[in-house]
Amino acid sequence: MSAALLVDTLRDPASVGGLDATGWNHLIAAARAERLIGTLAHRLAGIAVPSPVTPILADAVRDADREARQALWEADRCVDALRGTGVPTILLKGTAYVAAGLRAGQGRFIGDLDILVPRDAMPVAEKAMMAAGWEWVKPDPYDDAYYRQWMHELPPLIHRERDRMIDVHHTVLPLTARQTPDAAAMIADAVQITDGLYILSPEDRIIHSAAHMLADGDLQGGLRNLWDIYCLLPDVDPAALEARATRHGLLLHVRQAQRLAAAIYGDGARLTLWDRLVRARLLARNGWGQEVRKLLVFGFYVRSHWLRMPPMMLARHLWTKWRKGHRPQ
Amino acid sequence: MRHDLTLRIGPATFRIGSAWAGPIDQLARLYAAYPQVEGAIADFTVRLQPTSLARRWVRPSIFITGDHGLADAAPMSLSHGLLAAEMGMNLQMALGWRRHLLLHASSVEKDGRVLVMTGESGSGKSTLAALLGERGWRFMGDEFALLDLDSGAILPFPRLVSLKNRAIDVVEDAVGDVRMGPMLRATAKGDIRHMVPRADAVARMDEGGKPALLLFPRFGPDTDIRAVGQGEIFMRLTQASTNYVALGEPGFAALTRFVQSVPARAIDFPSGEAAFEMVDRLWGEVA
Repeated sequence: MSAALLVDTLRDPASVGGLDATGWNHLIAAARAERLIGTLAHRLAGIAVPSPVTPILADAVRDADREARQALWEADRCVDALRGTGVPTILLKGTAYVAAGLRAGQGRFIGDLDILVPRDAMPVAEKAMMAAGWEWVKPDPYDDAYYRQWMHELPPLIHRERDRMIDVHHTVLPLTARQTPDAAAMIADAVQITDGLYILSPEDRIIHSAAHMLADGDLQGGLRNLWDIYCLLPDVDPAALEARATRHGLLLHVRQAQRLAAAIYGDGARLTLWDRLVRARLLARNGWGQEVRKLLVFGFYVRSHWLRMPPMMLARHLWTKWRKGHRPQ
Repeated sequence: MRHDLTLRIGPATFRIGSAWAGPIDQLARLYAAYPQVEGAIADFTVRLQPTSLARRWVRPSIFITGDHGLADAAPMSLSHGLLAAEMGMNLQMALGWRRHLLLHASSVEKDGRVLVMTGESGSGKSTLAALLGERGWRFMGDEFALLDLDSGAILPFPRLVSLKNRAIDVVEDAVGDVRMGPMLRATAKGDIRHMVPRADAVARMDEGGKPALLLFPRFGPDTDIRAVGQGEIFMRLTQASTNYVALGEPGFAALTRFVQSVPARAIDFPSGEAAFEMVDRLWGEVA
């Protein structure tokens, strides 16, 4: 299973000394599929690799550098758009790690710009974004209404000139989730890193990442999330993290993330049966970069909906989406 | 994947996996004269996989993907498997290649100097390059011309030439049946047949040349030669490049140098003969 080869290499980069050409092909395909090729390239810096691998890794580093540069520019544009509204730009996830120069940001793939805004400031933020050139991506009224009523973010916006997306969050989990993190506390304790940019406190960064990975979604891109968590963990005091996670109602998720990070990227940990299922899902990728263990993957897809919605609401949602022609991949 | 093949074309190595034997067998036959790189470390992985579980056997339908893919790529019939494999390789180059500026253009070489032809699909650039390759020029590529960021040279990417509709008969007559792939009828772009480049194009696929002339060909009823301003050339080439933005400043610098140093003309031609005459004349006068 090549996702296993990928995580073994991230844990112990020197182990690539034992790879043959087939092993390299599997490693590169899995890393690209998990969007960890930039991270892998950084981990392999200074380690001898076969000559055809050198330009592949150099390309990955260059792509990651460009993405980081673009992400920081988007963050800058966001600060500019919010100027005068009194709403701070609190960065989440990839852009936050890169802006703060954290290890989790090295080589990281960055898609959209994610920011956190106080809920009562959402209308002001939305208006400011529209005035600065962002537009709705999803014209579908059902999706729009769904986002506004039940989600933790505005429907995604895309900038009409730069073609980059922004997700404006007011908390870190959907409103339909069982857990209700204290977004106001996260905003109050955010750390200023530059003139106009803030990121979450070290504890909240981990809690957000763990919530995103384990209390929401179907674990697509989970290996990348877990790598973030693994890199962020040394920055916090374990007791402070536990206390903070308890406050947000996410202690179990944070503990599970710690166990998985240690088991997959670190020195190992005792895993529960449920941990093992999650690990099996995370490593479901073969040497061609294809997803395998289809039933398990589908199980987690179903679970992601279960997490987000009570049963009747889920039934109504699936019926609406089905009629609109949506099918699970 | 059940069936696979590794191919090198110019500077790029592809590992192509398929759920079916057919596309791989056809590739193996048509690329037989290319460097044998079985088991090499590949730059890109291409996958031809069933669009769903049942579509492996029942009305087989190919989803083209790989390291780089498009979620909304149109499914293709297994009878067009060779085209799917070619499109899969093109997709990897278009979305993932970073080592040169990629120009959507055909190119041919003579005396170390390169003629680059760019235009929309249907402009005749593939057909012209294929035919010039049979008339004393070395064929370098019909889809991508690779502009070296440091030296400014054009490097070859001589994959199979993809011929469409009326161009098929014209080229078939010139090169003979042995170097032609299977006829693929009624694809999304009409009938398509692939042509194997001449042996010299394959043997010299690592050898670049200095760009000497840029043409914007257009197949149609008129005969005309027009000058094109540098600003327009620059804009058209940025649109004809899939990685111009990704390369950032080095891409801008390389393209600027290309536009400023390579003479360019737009040509309208009603027939192959008319085009050859114009190319010969411009090659002598302008290049």
